[in-house]
Amino acid sequence: MLKLKAFFFSGAVLLAAPSQAQHVAVIKFPELQKRLAQPTDTTYVVNFWATWCGPCVKELPNFEQVRSAYANQKVKVLLVSLDYASQLDKKIKPFIKQRKLQSEVVLLNEPDPNTWLGKIDPKWTGSIPFTLIVNNQRRQHATFEQELSTAELTAALQKFL
Amino acid sequence: MKKPLAILAFCCALLLSSFIARPTADGYQVGDKATDFKLKNVDGKLVSLADNKAAKGYIVVFTCNTCPYAKAYESRIVALHHKYAPQGYPVVAINPNDPAVVPGDSYAAMQTKKYAFPYLQDESQQVAKAYGATRTPQLYVLTRQGSDLIVSYTGAIDDNSEDAKLVKTKYAENALTEILAGKPVSVSATKAIGCTIKWKRA
Repeated sequence: MLKLKAFFFSGAVLLAAPSQAQHVAVIKFPELQKRLAQPTDTTYVVNFWATWCGPCVKELPNFEQVRSAYANQKVKVLLVSLDYASQLDKKIKPFIKQRKLQSEVVLLNEPDPNTWLGKIDPKWTGSIPFTLIVNNQRRQHATFEQELSTAELTAALQKFL
Repeated sequence: MKKPLAILAFCCALLLSSFIARPTADGYQVGDKATDFKLKNVDGKLVSLADNKAAKGYIVVFTCNTCPYAKAYESRIVALHHKYAPQGYPVVAINPNDPAVVPGDSYAAMQTKKYAFPYLQDESQQVAKAYGATRTPQLYVLTRQGSDLIVSYTGAIDDNSEDAKLVKTKYAENALTEILAGKPVSVSATKAIGCTIKWKRA
């Protein structure tokens, strides 16, 4: 039954997609930080990526898969693009449209990574893809400075549910 | 009441995780002694840091032909060499990417670059691993202390990868200015985004 529901849901989303071009909010770091600090029981799966990053592009479908698989649970997938804001219309928007990305995408417009990388995770050396899974109500968080397969991502996420 | 507690717990967890990470963290931290290497330059000759007796130190940059960030910084790396080589700190560029993963980083592709400094292929990727490099571009400033080369700065070149004209803080140059003045480096480690090094597939 659950599966059936998920199937219909994803079908509806897919059908709705062409008419609904995704809006990409361009945000600064404090905004992202505020969003990730909300005292909610929703588990955030936050993936830092860029259209120019090969391994990131390769693993994006895994995040999309997780998004639809956990659509009826308190899981939110947020794709944080580290592309340059100047490339928004030329690169990021066409990319999202072409790949039919359904997860929410925001573009983090911060020219100096040194000012914010360490606030996400002091261990993060700066390579992407980078993934943060966080649940504030349970005070649980995990970070991955590597590409994640759907199985790895699901296993990591399961520990939060 | 609940919120500050949560924040406190999160901070504690962060602190704890960084403490746990420290001793096991791979690669060089500032203050560590860098080991020398012998890598093939684009001219076919093997290059070691020990070769250049006149150097007071080096600007070692892990970079490549293909990463958009490396490309964005290419001219700035060349400029660093022109500015600091005469002052005793030449650039040594190392390409750690596996050409089997990125053909654009093959030895032949590297040879299309005509830099005034060595551009070395880290074929075994052992040097990148020893340094703890994770991305391109990633920079290490080494200073000679006796017979040792000590890591004195590691991290970003500056604070704006997209546009050199918009740079406000030149992290690497600030460190070099202090090093040349014989002062301790005030900001000795910075973080930057880059392309993940393309490691050999197991």
